[in-house]
Amino acid sequence: MHSVSRPIQILLVLLSALLLLYPLFGEALAGNAYDYWLQKMTTVMILAILAVSLDLLVGVAGMVSIAHAAFFGLAGYTVVLVAPEWEPGNLWILLPAALVIAALASLVMGLLIIRTSGIFFIMATIAFSQMIYYIFHDSDFAGGSDGAYLFSTPETMVMGRSLLDLGDRLTLFYVTLISLLLIYLLLRIVLRAPFGRVLIGIRENEQRVRALGYNPSFYKLSAFVIGGTIAGFAGVLSAIQYQYIDPSQVNWHLSAEVLVMVILGGLGSLYGPILGAFAFEGLHYTFSSFTRHWQLPMGIVVIVMVLMLPRGIAGGLEWLSERLGRRFEAPAPSARKPTEEHRAAEQHND
Amino acid sequence: MTEPILRTESLTRRFGGLVAVNDVTFTVEAREVHAIIGPNGAGKSTMVNLLSGHLVPSSGRVIFKGRDITGMSANRVSRIGIGRSFQRTNIFPSFSCLENCQLAAQSRLGHSFRFFRRASSYRRVVALAEKGLEMCGLSHQAHTRASAMSYGEQRQLEIGMVLATNPEFLVLDEPMAGMGREESHHVVELLRELGTEYPLVLVEHDMDAVFSIAHRLTVMVNGEVIASGPLDSVRQDPAVQEAYLGDGEEDA
Amino acid sequence: MDPSFILIQTLNGVQYGLLLFLIASGLTLIFGIMHIINLAHGALYMVGAYLAFWLTGYTGNLFLAIVLALPLAVALGIAIERFLIQRLYERDHLDQVLLTFGLILVFDALQSIFWGNDVHGVAVPALLSGSIALTDNLNYPVYRLFISAICLAIALGMYVLIQRTRLGMIIRGGASNREMVSALGINIRWVYTLVFAVGAALAAFAGMIAAPVSSVYPGMGSTILIICFVVVVIGGLGSVKGAFLGALMVGLVYTWGTVLVPQFAGAVVYALMAAVLLWKPRGLFA
Repeated sequence: MHSVSRPIQILLVLLSALLLLYPLFGEALAGNAYDYWLQKMTTVMILAILAVSLDLLVGVAGMVSIAHAAFFGLAGYTVVLVAPEWEPGNLWILLPAALVIAALASLVMGLLIIRTSGIFFIMATIAFSQMIYYIFHDSDFAGGSDGAYLFSTPETMVMGRSLLDLGDRLTLFYVTLISLLLIYLLLRIVLRAPFGRVLIGIRENEQRVRALGYNPSFYKLSAFVIGGTIAGFAGVLSAIQYQYIDPSQVNWHLSAEVLVMVILGGLGSLYGPILGAFAFEGLHYTFSSFTRHWQLPMGIVVIVMVLMLPRGIAGGLEWLSERLGRRFEAPAPSARKPTEEHRAAEQHND
Repeated sequence: MTEPILRTESLTRRFGGLVAVNDVTFTVEAREVHAIIGPNGAGKSTMVNLLSGHLVPSSGRVIFKGRDITGMSANRVSRIGIGRSFQRTNIFPSFSCLENCQLAAQSRLGHSFRFFRRASSYRRVVALAEKGLEMCGLSHQAHTRASAMSYGEQRQLEIGMVLATNPEFLVLDEPMAGMGREESHHVVELLRELGTEYPLVLVEHDMDAVFSIAHRLTVMVNGEVIASGPLDSVRQDPAVQEAYLGDGEEDA
Repeated sequence: MDPSFILIQTLNGVQYGLLLFLIASGLTLIFGIMHIINLAHGALYMVGAYLAFWLTGYTGNLFLAIVLALPLAVALGIAIERFLIQRLYERDHLDQVLLTFGLILVFDALQSIFWGNDVHGVAVPALLSGSIALTDNLNYPVYRLFISAICLAIALGMYVLIQRTRLGMIIRGGASNREMVSALGINIRWVYTLVFAVGAALAAFAGMIAAPVSSVYPGMGSTILIICFVVVVIGGLGSVKGAFLGALMVGLVYTWGTVLVPQFAGAVVYALMAAVLLWKPRGLFA
């Protein structure tokens, strides 16, 4: 988690390039389904943003939060509720409003629970996020369990001209992709900065971090708010994509699914959870295509994964990358005492 | 006559019905190695925790450099200059030695809400970390993962981290716990050197080490101080000999 | 609002609270003794309810159904503990959360496969289907009183077991000192299996007796799980006494909430939790 090895960096750049270039070869590849896949991948990338921001909390700082979807959904609700009823909203108002709400909500929740830990913290996150769920589900002001619609995609006017047409699927795809890459790079930078180091230290040994002079609560709270705000950003994108929001977007089940993506991908690696989001949705899609009850095989996958593959995809990649690295290195001089045969063979090879 | 840099006044700590530390008053001079010794259960670890802010006293006071720091939290105690090491190695296993010390040194930045510059680009922090590493003799292991080092080296790192916080006062909790003869020797020399630069409170069981470097001794039994003063006079105090030192060392 | 209305709502609240106690007590014991966070606990409640529905359909008698279903629930609890939970003892909370979440997915899917997504009702047994007159003009369903009585009896039994028996001592010992209990020659693993199985049985039993009152529907497990989390958070991890008080508080607050502020009844319970946490960050009896 401290730094990404060269082979993996190369792999990530390749994958990013593939995504960036998808629209060019996508039609050839997918034909009529091109549009569907464009949308699908946008959705997965939004989930990836959720996953990577959750990794900051869980994988880096060690705070297992099952409230993440609450901030995602709250931001979405803000967009839908603040937008005018019968005309397009203004992104430059909606986006900041949603981010502020997400940040405030994570700040308030964080203040209440940041000093708890372990099981208690986890349960408190579920409970508080469910409070938000019930507020939206049981009351009328946001459509209750039916949800609410966005009249049309928000406008992005700059000096009288529209900057981006977010209603266009291709545009939204690229906006989401660029956002994902920027957020990932930003979090990587933060991880290498003093703030990130403290967070990593907190996960490994919070007691020592305190003994060294830091107040861990401040840092944990900050991470919680940063993560929650990024989740809110994902929520804005999602509301724009579907032009709809309902209570299922603030439900703890969604938070738990994002957590699964994080583990599937590899806790603490930051890039892993992005891959994990793709893997999870890939599995979801595959399972759904041959049974209505996709949760059954998915649940089994989750159980097996926890028991057998705790380090996720990133763990596997790192293991591979290490093997590859060793292949290309000269054997260390003291590694093995060469036998007579080896010495003879080496002499032959020279 | 110089003012002692640290003193406690009737320091007491209760856990329910148990009085772990009872009415302890002692002082530490600005340039001395002050060892706290006593049998297991004497309250030494509780004393360390009281001094470093990990425990709040039930009554009594702790005065550091003339300032009442009673009840101050562990992180604030560290910030005002009291550095504490742990009996059970308490490092960051996945970090390299240098990174361990860097995180320690970084705490002196005032705050670490810095999000953009690389941590390793803060030159003052790195310099402090390297100094700490050098003082504890681990410069050659700067880039080794802490978890990959031997137990003895990890104990050295434990001290190095404290040094990297640029302390004014050291509280070391059994720095030689679990060490063999060879390794202890290194650490004793390290402690001797540190004793010339910092006021040092040392909790230890290793009597050879204590007798070779301590200037003053405080002996605790059952939470109470039974003797406190210059090494030689405490050593020869009959009460101390009877209660603790016995007719020879019981454990090496 | 007349006195009889107040009495009815309060009785309902108490009854709901006592039911919650059955489920939450298992949850808090599993937390406190085994240090396991078990998200699938609510699913066991659901299993009990569906088993009751299914077997009552078969046998025509809820009591018989419960007698048949209870051993099944215990067996299920033992199986889950032996094959899955046992592997989580040395792992961190994150792994426990994920694995038990996986279990929820599996149980929800199985429920949907076997019984579909409709809401089902279970008939109140004829024996208990009447109303009893509490005052001159106030009738209260006998079955609800029955639920309360059973839960109280179990609560009392738990108290006696934990405070007054050797087994209870072992359980309390296991909560504070695993190694000590093992050193005494008692197989701590069996204690854990027992605690988990009993917790599962209690949750399932609660589902069975609540079925006539609460109906049987998909997702009921997750709903009750979260409420029980609130109970445990309020009461304090590992405290059965706290679970009891917390359950009563939640039961009353929720019932009165639905009456006074129907739009926010769900949220009011969490507001209660927030208030308790502000006052006592580790719960009332931590």
